[in-house]
Amino acid sequence: MPAKIKKAAKSRAAKPGSNAAGGSSYHTGSALSVTHFTLDDVNSILALASKLEAMPIQRRAQLLSKRRVALLFYESSTRTRTSFELAAKSLGADTVLVSALSSSIEKGESLKDTGITLRALGAECIILRHPNSGAPYLLAQTTGLPILNAGDGTHEHPSQALLDLRTILARLHKSARTVTDRTLQGTTVTIVGDILHSRVARSNALLLPRLGAKVLFCGPQALLPADAAEIGPGVEIERNLERALQRSNVVMMLRIQRERLAGMQLDLDEYIARYQLDAARLAAHAPKAVVLHPGPMIRGLEITSEVADGPNSAVAEQVEHGTAIRMALLFRALHPIASKSRKQRKK
Amino acid sequence: MTAILIRGGHLIDPSTGLDEKRDLFLRDGRVAALDLPGKLDALAKKEHATVIDAKGAMVAPGLIDLHVHLREPGQNYKETIASGTRAAAAGGFTSVCAMPNTAPVNDSPEITRWMQSPDRDAAVRVFPIAAATRGSMGEALTEYGVLKAAGAVAVSDDGKPILHDAMMYESLAAAARAGLPVIQHAEDTRLTQNASMHQSALSFRLGLRGMPGDAESGIVERDIELLQRLNDNRAHLHVAHLSTQKALEAVRRAKRSGLHVTSEVTPHHFALTEQAIGDYDTRAKMSPPLRSQTDRAALIDGLLDGTVDAIATDHAPHAIHEKEQEFERAPNGITGLETALGLSLLVLHQQHRMPLARVIALLSSQPAALLHLKHRGSLAVGSFADVILFCANEDWKFHASASKSKSKNTPFDGWKLPGRIVMTISEGRIVHSSI
Repeated sequence: MPAKIKKAAKSRAAKPGSNAAGGSSYHTGSALSVTHFTLDDVNSILALASKLEAMPIQRRAQLLSKRRVALLFYESSTRTRTSFELAAKSLGADTVLVSALSSSIEKGESLKDTGITLRALGAECIILRHPNSGAPYLLAQTTGLPILNAGDGTHEHPSQALLDLRTILARLHKSARTVTDRTLQGTTVTIVGDILHSRVARSNALLLPRLGAKVLFCGPQALLPADAAEIGPGVEIERNLERALQRSNVVMMLRIQRERLAGMQLDLDEYIARYQLDAARLAAHAPKAVVLHPGPMIRGLEITSEVADGPNSAVAEQVEHGTAIRMALLFRALHPIASKSRKQRKK
Repeated sequence: MTAILIRGGHLIDPSTGLDEKRDLFLRDGRVAALDLPGKLDALAKKEHATVIDAKGAMVAPGLIDLHVHLREPGQNYKETIASGTRAAAAGGFTSVCAMPNTAPVNDSPEITRWMQSPDRDAAVRVFPIAAATRGSMGEALTEYGVLKAAGAVAVSDDGKPILHDAMMYESLAAAARAGLPVIQHAEDTRLTQNASMHQSALSFRLGLRGMPGDAESGIVERDIELLQRLNDNRAHLHVAHLSTQKALEAVRRAKRSGLHVTSEVTPHHFALTEQAIGDYDTRAKMSPPLRSQTDRAALIDGLLDGTVDAIATDHAPHAIHEKEQEFERAPNGITGLETALGLSLLVLHQQHRMPLARVIALLSSQPAALLHLKHRGSLAVGSFADVILFCANEDWKFHASASKSKSKNTPFDGWKLPGRIVMTISEGRIVHSSI
């Protein structure tokens, strides 16, 4: 393994959060929250993603050969699950998928016991998607394994924020080699829609401002409480989409769940009228902005097909960057024994 | 019963205002005499009393906890009356008031008496608080007079607040006639569905549904209004575990206007804020939830200025497997009996300069007065021999693993606290000693 990668893996400091009384700490290869990453961590993940992406396929497939990765999914997912699975497989790891339905979880097995069972079966890393915020912390504490958070409740989705960052850097022609706290200075990213329930919004709002970006949250009161602006520095609320677009270099549209609107007595037509990103609005207020969407998109609701398929859209690129980022996170989680890898490289 | 002489200690008795060196003589479960140091030696010798050297220690009335969950009947795996009262003794409590949310709910004189039976092997006195409505379902009142006769000291549907205005009004009226306070867990559960912490910027960041402060203050304000409308000077509303500035201010206004409204605050609400949740630590999950620093500061002000009448623990034991779950799925509550005095001394006495006698009053004479517990919370001659000895300035470390409670769900594990408890005497029996 290249010395640089080895060093990056070694220099990772434990970021055990504030759970001091319990004395618990997390495996340093975990990705639970973007707040656990230092800028150095972000840099090394981005560098690793590029390195792995550029590597010949066959060599890449040796890196995690015969390592066991479990995907533990308590919620449905297409892109995140497939992306993690393909990323693991392209590094040569064996993957196993456990979903809440069709497993002992249905019979009432706890998250702790499920994790311990997977560990006993040889899983060295667990990728977890879970409907409860904070569940990955519990799994990390109870198993001691590196846990990759693939979305927990309405909390975070760290790999999504990292892939969004990589997409933004590529689109804005910023060097992804070394990001600093000024890399995104002057860049404004507007996140539009159901901020209250969005883990993507939180992870991005906690990550992007640390590189100098400004994040604007945009949405109606019921989906965007005033407290949201206090999530961290560099975050503002701008409820008017046009005004937000005028300031934006990047606009990230979030999926709107019809059933949620109904529960909040929000009128769908009114929502579309005020917050949908359509071609006219984009052309009038932010003709150069990069358009992102974490998916799944509901065309005709938060975004129109013209925009989703148009030149500003980086939605497909997001998915591609996702695989690279997830390869990097998996490698980092399992950082193979350096000496062995070096030997392989010399051959 | 043998006699006990507690010799050489510094007596603090807020009920009489005494704060001086005194020897204390206990006989037949009562305080028999107190006098200047050395003056009771002859009496002790004559009666072959056990002599306890209290030099360097404070001697105070046994503490009284208005709000505990002993989990019996029905949830013995969390706690029993025997284990919970041993935790109480270790924490300096000689009387605990047990909430009725047991299984079955304590809504009958039979259960009320069962809880006080010697068969429960309680280490300290248990005063049951009976359910205010049958099954705590909020639909039909229980029989307050009968419950009182069986030993209930108050009525409450703790954990299941009485939301219907008419039912709460009836409860206040019936309790007034019976001479019992109504203790309300003030939470508008219509606003707290699926919520697991305080509603704030932090709850947004953690992606947890929050309980708005108004869910508490709204009910407190409503209850005060009902009390005012009832206009019966026997009526007494006691607000359990106040946690917000707004609710505290409502209580303050009500007191100023002469209404019989009292309140309690828990040590965790004055010692911690929502920040203690950290990385979804379920040991910081309870209801009402830990609040903001502004709320915490307001509660401390309320304790200092007398708006708050008592410190109560809301001791709520849960088994390990119940707390070792996803934050949103874990049950509410923490244990508190063994850390209450230490936290009160640390935060109120040391950090906010509340006189020691005031701290003790909030934990003994005031809760006794509030629930009309006669001859409790006092060291006056004739009182029950409920006494604690503690070293106010001696630090000790709390280890959850060494707790006498069956459960270990506390956010204070490993905390260094002042006020090591040397001895707890309940009705003349030594129930805890670390000499």
